[in-house]
Amino acid sequence: MEDKRPLEDTIPFENNRGPADHSHIKGWGIDADPKNDPTYPMKKRTNGEHEGYTWERPTQQPVNMEVLYSIERPNMTAVFGTAAPLRGLSGAIRRMAYKRSENEYSHWLPLILADRVDVVEGVIDDFKHGKIPNIFAEKGYVADWHHNKSGLLARVAILAGITAAVVMLARSNSRD
Amino acid sequence: MLAMNYRGPKRVRIDQKPMPEILHPEDAIVRVLRSCICGSDLHLYNGNVPDTRVGTTFGHEFVGEIVEVGSEVTKVKVGDNVLVPFNISCGKCVFCKQELYGNCHEANPEATAVGAIYGYSHTAGGYHGGQAEYVRVPYANVGPTIIPPGMDLDDAVLLTDVVPTGYQAAEMAGIQKGDTVMIFGAGPIGIMAAKCSWLFGAGRVIVIDKEEYRLEFVRNYAQCEAYNFEEIGDMAVFAKKTTDSLGADVCIDAVGAEAAGNAMQTITGRKLLLQAGSATALHWAINCVKKGGIVSIVGVYGPTDNLVPIGNVLNKGLTIRANQASVKRLLPRLIEHVQNGVLNPKALITHRLPLEEVAEGYRMFSNKLDNCIKPVLIPPSAKI
Repeated sequence: MEDKRPLEDTIPFENNRGPADHSHIKGWGIDADPKNDPTYPMKKRTNGEHEGYTWERPTQQPVNMEVLYSIERPNMTAVFGTAAPLRGLSGAIRRMAYKRSENEYSHWLPLILADRVDVVEGVIDDFKHGKIPNIFAEKGYVADWHHNKSGLLARVAILAGITAAVVMLARSNSRD
Repeated sequence: MLAMNYRGPKRVRIDQKPMPEILHPEDAIVRVLRSCICGSDLHLYNGNVPDTRVGTTFGHEFVGEIVEVGSEVTKVKVGDNVLVPFNISCGKCVFCKQELYGNCHEANPEATAVGAIYGYSHTAGGYHGGQAEYVRVPYANVGPTIIPPGMDLDDAVLLTDVVPTGYQAAEMAGIQKGDTVMIFGAGPIGIMAAKCSWLFGAGRVIVIDKEEYRLEFVRNYAQCEAYNFEEIGDMAVFAKKTTDSLGADVCIDAVGAEAAGNAMQTITGRKLLLQAGSATALHWAINCVKKGGIVSIVGVYGPTDNLVPIGNVLNKGLTIRANQASVKRLLPRLIEHVQNGVLNPKALITHRLPLEEVAEGYRMFSNKLDNCIKPVLIPPSAKI
């Protein structure tokens, strides 16, 4: 009969240190350094921070668009990303969020909210450009079709069942 | 050009986007030859990273050919094949000077607690990533490293994140010869951390996960023990029993916010987003390590709070070390290890997909379909 006990119930307290000879493992111990303490990230500490924000800064990237920056720093970084400019309601929420520091929930939670609003704005934007989002393709269900067909079919069946139930319920309510 | 386009949680597609431009004299434009989907991309994909804007291109693991450089770029030239560390770093700030290249002060305006990362939301600087045909690479005198002649592009692309992050996990753990190392997570990073733990002289390496195919892989690849946590009732009791009640010398969290294994953590961290991801792996690491031991964290969490037994950190006298990998710092040593055959990164790659199939790639990786461990995307313009 199969032992269904949790693994820890099948073993005693014992010192299961590995064998001392690790010669079968290529490279064993080649980076061992007993003096490597404290190791990274403290290892190269210079206390350069004591001098303050005084280093020779890289050339400033021209700021040709609205870029939000943390109120925990005095300026824009020398370079920055321009991936997705602020837009619409999500942009307004993000502007509000960046008035609070990274120390506050009132910074992060509005950003999550803005992200969700941005998704709706993205769909509207798609329609504006004559593009109908292909949710099936965007969710990568083709991968399920190839590698998890039964799971995909079960999901479709459940969805179809729920839809049928809702339709039947709506019809029976309309007859009443 | 073709590029991945984030449309919302679990929704990505391939679209035509404008070509990237030189925006700063130290910029370069790279034609992408390989890019990976990373486990930490799944935090973005699932909509868990604040300020992940619709329209962004993900991808922080990529290699490619330099096709254009700004006026101040002197270290690389057009035609060079480069691997690009996932961190964007200036090389001049006080943190870069300490080789904390993942903590640069001059690349991410939007947050001070995290450095700049390609394709990793506006919280990480707002840069497009490399899951595209072309990508803008700032500070090209600092990050991009010329791929040594003869190095396989599949090895090179894993040197941009997976190998350094796994190696640094072992390094930060301060492993001493003979130490028992317990690693949570058998994804690419956990697998690499297991492999690298031996390089620091570990005496025993134990990996914990729940995916049997990954456990089998890591047993063979990293020559270590591997256990399925679904067969373990209480992780701390298991760890104590197998170490004669003392606990592992070091524990490594190589999972981060998407961890399974604890219903309360999963519901509050992944479903309700009441904490910055599920902290199951970190919880286990703290409770499984010995008194006075070291917990090394490379699993990625969100910017707010997590429920972990911090009282045990105090009472056990633990040292916690954590950081994004300092890729540039580690590259010389790691390139040597790859060239000498000590590390074989490309063995982790299980799937090679055309960039056009990025949505399927994310779905496959996220749902662990077809025994997926590491998917690589190949743009049509790679011409390889």
